[in-house]
Amino acid sequence: MTPDAVPRVRMGVRASYDQVRESHVVLFPEGVLVLNDTAAAVVDLCDGRTSVAGIAAKLAADFDGVDLQDVADLVDRLVARRVVDLDG
Amino acid sequence: MADAPFGLLAELTHRCPLQCGYCSNPLELVKREDELSTEEWFSVFDQARALGVLQVHLSGGEPLGRKDLPELVSHANSLGCYVNLVTSGLGLTAPRLADLVSRGVDHVQLSVQDADAAGADRIAGVRAHHHKLVAADLVREIGIPLTVNVVLHRRNLDNVAGLIALAERMGAQRLELANTQYYGWALRNRAALLPTKEQLAAADPVVAAAQERLRGTMEIVYVIADYHEAHPKPCMYGWGARQLTVAPNGDVLPCPAATVIADLEIDNVRDERLADIWHDSGSFTAYRGTDWMRDPCRGCARKEIDFGGCRCQAFQLTGDAANTDPVCSLSPLRSTVDLVLATEMSPAVVPVLAPRR
Repeated sequence: MTPDAVPRVRMGVRASYDQVRESHVVLFPEGVLVLNDTAAAVVDLCDGRTSVAGIAAKLAADFDGVDLQDVADLVDRLVARRVVDLDG
Repeated sequence: MADAPFGLLAELTHRCPLQCGYCSNPLELVKREDELSTEEWFSVFDQARALGVLQVHLSGGEPLGRKDLPELVSHANSLGCYVNLVTSGLGLTAPRLADLVSRGVDHVQLSVQDADAAGADRIAGVRAHHHKLVAADLVREIGIPLTVNVVLHRRNLDNVAGLIALAERMGAQRLELANTQYYGWALRNRAALLPTKEQLAAADPVVAAAQERLRGTMEIVYVIADYHEAHPKPCMYGWGARQLTVAPNGDVLPCPAATVIADLEIDNVRDERLADIWHDSGSFTAYRGTDWMRDPCRGCARKEIDFGGCRCQAFQLTGDAANTDPVCSLSPLRSTVDLVLATEMSPAVVPVLAPRR
């Protein structure tokens, strides 16, 4: 994946907050992912307009030590779990 | 304390317009008058969410057979649950689907019996196939994800390429090709359903090639024919680990087939709290984790991979649910499965497929 790739949350995927587990989650046809705060912020930014590099830049405003490669790896995992698609 | 479950399989009714001979519902179906009421299902959903459930699979039988399905969808949605409608497609009209989606159905799983109408309708026992084509169109038009589910067996396995093409035409995001698992009606009809080794060997590369070709567009999940395998399936990803089933009459089951285990004491939501059943009941604690295991599972490197296989299958084929699933090549009782394959895979006289009633 290049830093220019633009991730988009797939149709039918819903980001939510689980009061029972006190965690961010994504819900999708295949199952549930429990997310940490950073991952939840990345999923929020997978809006079909922001590139992976753009997501890393926006995250850096809110979190310390954001690394482009870490963001790219996380997006890769979200693609593998069919939570997001990549444009471009 | 056990981890919280993520999924609830809500079997709203055993009533179904189809008569598939591989149905995994029990031979003794719950009657309509014994089904949970709307209020009772609301309470089940409330308790399930409080316990940690985030996905509600509305299933059956045919869930569209419940007149209160719209209210049940609204209630599950209001709790924040992801709602999956598991349907035959019969009775799904454009206004009905639009209403259900507006109330919170997130995803539809549609069953398909075969690649063409003649074969499919023979398996379903009624003219069902054309309804499924319509149902898939409706789901695609309304814009929610569609999973197509096909149960594979001797009578349709040779059509696996056609089934994949059909799911593509239907616009499915996901296709489950699930070899028959032998419980309930399927066990009764096993000699009419077991595929041959040659059929499986021919289907495997077709499925693998399609998985590669469709990567990123349509995910294909292939569920193995476990009698033919060396290792058992990782049933439920562990007993009482991720999901629970509530049967139409309120029985709470660690797996949908668990009523086959005759000595398992099943609790009911009419008598007990769901959280107590999940955490403490005899049925859910019986095979949770790995402490219950005997040899060869106890010392096996795969015990956290396949969890000893399926407890229901161990009970059905060996008489003791704590035995290793006998499909495992390491089971001392594997010969029982080999005998089934030898006698039922290509029987001299093919028995009639008894329709589910």
